[in-house]
Amino acid sequence: MATAAAVVLFAAITTYAIFGGADFGAGFWDLVAGGSERGERPREVIDHSIAPVWEANHVWLIFIFVVLWTCFPEAYASITLTLFVPLTIAALGVVLRGAGFAFRKAVLRTRDRRNFGAAFAVSSVLVPYCLGAVVGGIASGRVPSGGKAGDPWDSWVNPTAVLGGVLAVCMTAYLAAFFLVRDAGRLSDESMVAYFRRRATAAAVAAGVVAVAGIFVLSNDAEYVFDGLTSRALPLVVLSLVCGLAALVLVARAARRGARLAAVGAVASLVVAWGVAQWDYLLPKTLTVAAAAAPSGTITAVLVATGLAAVLIVPAFVLLYVLDQKTLLPEESLPEASPR
Amino acid sequence: MLTDTLATVALAIDPVPWARSQMAFTLAFHIILVPLGVSWSVMTLIANYRGIKHGDQDAMLLAQRWSKYMAVTFAVGAVTGTVLSFEFGLLWPKFMGQWGAAFGVPFAFEGIFFFTEAVFISIYIFGWRRLKPWTHFWTGVPIAVAGVFGSISVVAANAWMNSPQGVTLDSSGKVTDVDPMGVIFNNAMPLMAAHMVVAAYLVGGFIIASVYAAGMLRGRTDRYHRMGFIIGFTVAAIATPVQMGVGDALARWVYNDQPTKFAAIEMVPRTSSDVPEVLFGHLNSKGQVVGGLPIPGLASILSDPSTGTSTVIQGLDETPAADRPTDHQVDVVHLAWDLMVGLGTLLFLLTLWWWASWLFRRDMPKSKWFLRISACTGVLAVITLEAGWTVSEVGRQPWIVYEKMKVEDAATANTGIWITFIGAVILYVGLGVTTILVLRMMSRRFREGSRVDEADVPYGPSDPGVSSGAEDDRAVLR
Repeated sequence: MATAAAVVLFAAITTYAIFGGADFGAGFWDLVAGGSERGERPREVIDHSIAPVWEANHVWLIFIFVVLWTCFPEAYASITLTLFVPLTIAALGVVLRGAGFAFRKAVLRTRDRRNFGAAFAVSSVLVPYCLGAVVGGIASGRVPSGGKAGDPWDSWVNPTAVLGGVLAVCMTAYLAAFFLVRDAGRLSDESMVAYFRRRATAAAVAAGVVAVAGIFVLSNDAEYVFDGLTSRALPLVVLSLVCGLAALVLVARAARRGARLAAVGAVASLVVAWGVAQWDYLLPKTLTVAAAAAPSGTITAVLVATGLAAVLIVPAFVLLYVLDQKTLLPEESLPEASPR
Repeated sequence: MLTDTLATVALAIDPVPWARSQMAFTLAFHIILVPLGVSWSVMTLIANYRGIKHGDQDAMLLAQRWSKYMAVTFAVGAVTGTVLSFEFGLLWPKFMGQWGAAFGVPFAFEGIFFFTEAVFISIYIFGWRRLKPWTHFWTGVPIAVAGVFGSISVVAANAWMNSPQGVTLDSSGKVTDVDPMGVIFNNAMPLMAAHMVVAAYLVGGFIIASVYAAGMLRGRTDRYHRMGFIIGFTVAAIATPVQMGVGDALARWVYNDQPTKFAAIEMVPRTSSDVPEVLFGHLNSKGQVVGGLPIPGLASILSDPSTGTSTVIQGLDETPAADRPTDHQVDVVHLAWDLMVGLGTLLFLLTLWWWASWLFRRDMPKSKWFLRISACTGVLAVITLEAGWTVSEVGRQPWIVYEKMKVEDAATANTGIWITFIGAVILYVGLGVTTILVLRMMSRRFREGSRVDEADVPYGPSDPGVSSGAEDDRAVLR
């Protein structure tokens, strides 16, 4: 039972890493798109790409929290007590990001757009960094069990947490670039396809370098997870590597299909590898999945809810993505006659 | 040196009041967006239905513009709601650690509804141009349904805090077994959920109506504004009388099941019959009621009309001081109660005027005063909502889980909460002001550019002569 709940939790984390990640990464490319004139076209493509899906993408985060606090309340209490600072920054960042994006779409003046766009883009980098640092803090065994607070600073300012944060930002940028190549292609904008293809290649290289550097960090700072990654999770690590290389080759050769899927595979298998590596601990070396689990009645209820979600939400999600990909959800822009 | 001093100061600060303030503040903000999330979609669908069914262009324009505003308010509601799921743990880790297995169950189901809402609101908002009219209409229906069930789920969790059922504890107080149905369908849930859902329609309807009433008072009395007003006000005018009944039933439930909270609501220091209904007033240092306007026997009569003035109301003194709200909290609960009932009654009378006018004159009231009062109802309804929520939450004090865990035992020991509280207040004030400015800016632009906007016909080709999807999109983007 507890294992099933842990699988649901990790499935949700993986899904969030992909869809939420691609969404955050779009904000990263927005941030580095340059001044308001040079960056206008890339920002339009970004807006167009994430506008219909960003809210749905972030419901995954809420779902992760709900599964965590319902099925593993003790772990949730320990995590929020210890990693108070990065989680608070992430929470405030979520507000800035969502509001900034929604407001930017609703205003027309360049100055307003620039301010809201900055709020959106900066927090798009800040939030995944903080969430990545939280993962690093957990993976390196710095969160004690039993609802006790660990060190409020060292828990997220340490080599593994910094690695987690940087890797999270790299992976979001990486995923987003591949998604944006496809979206620019759908808009038949070849210059933007080339623009994001260059960025996808750069991000792939950067994410690869950080991931390799991460191996050394983990071997010193997060031994349990390192041991897991080099033993039972090794096939997944290799899969991630293969997918990553495939994505790089495909995007560099300007292949029409497959690059985005390979990039998704690289990130998904890495996230799952983390989960397998720290199995059967929820908080490595202090709290196991079985020990943290809520009574069976609760877990049954969550599994039923998850089953209902699979029946109701997955088709809805597929519908949203199919409509979006078929451009049946065009930018419902505001009246365009007003001066920019 | 300086950091040491700062650290000492920070350590000396008790986190409990700050945690409480932050939770109250962020919830008070979020709850304003809830009615819009739940009921605005229904009002939009009413206009949309009219637009398609009767080819009514005004109604169609209204629906289209409302959906654009909704995109903004839904986004703000979604992000402020996300913050709450962080705060449960950040502010109340011990509460979540001990009770998460029960308290979390309704949220697992709420997740489904929130997902549904987020997916379909995107399809609806972005689907105006390219989906077939009725297909598009039906993609809006799940938003309305999910809004209702989503708020029922959240209120079920809140109701569980008032009536914590469905859990088995061992001798150390640890939850050993959970009955999910018992948790969700706890005794407080049916009436509390009904009260909140009806409130969402009441407040949402009045907010929309008040905006169009203000427009009409400024001379914008065209059919478009009139229709916006009528749709909003009608929804509110249906919800308000229903709410009087639901609220009354809920108050009676509190009288029977949470007598201490009821004593705080009615400000009854000592158990007695023939209790007067004191309007306003407060408790003095000896715990006696002072000030206010007593109406003899009314509290007893309202509590149980069948026994009239001989109805006995349990006083605050029956509960040990440590297990009931402080005198100051009693003052707050009682004042909030008076505000809620008073303003609710005022809104109810206004809806009677509305219905009487339709009944006898087949038209909305002509009086300027009706519009003037209506223009205030949005703000008044929000105050009523906040007051009602204050009654529910402050009246439960000092318990976070009624008679099982106190708020002070649930809070984080993290002494930095005062900093996050200040940060949250600054961020949210900025967010609130910006939301209103952005909505007003949109409204002004809609008015100025109405000619352009009307060319933007829903369900029509967005750009004549362009048919291929990709090109069409670029035309839109440019």
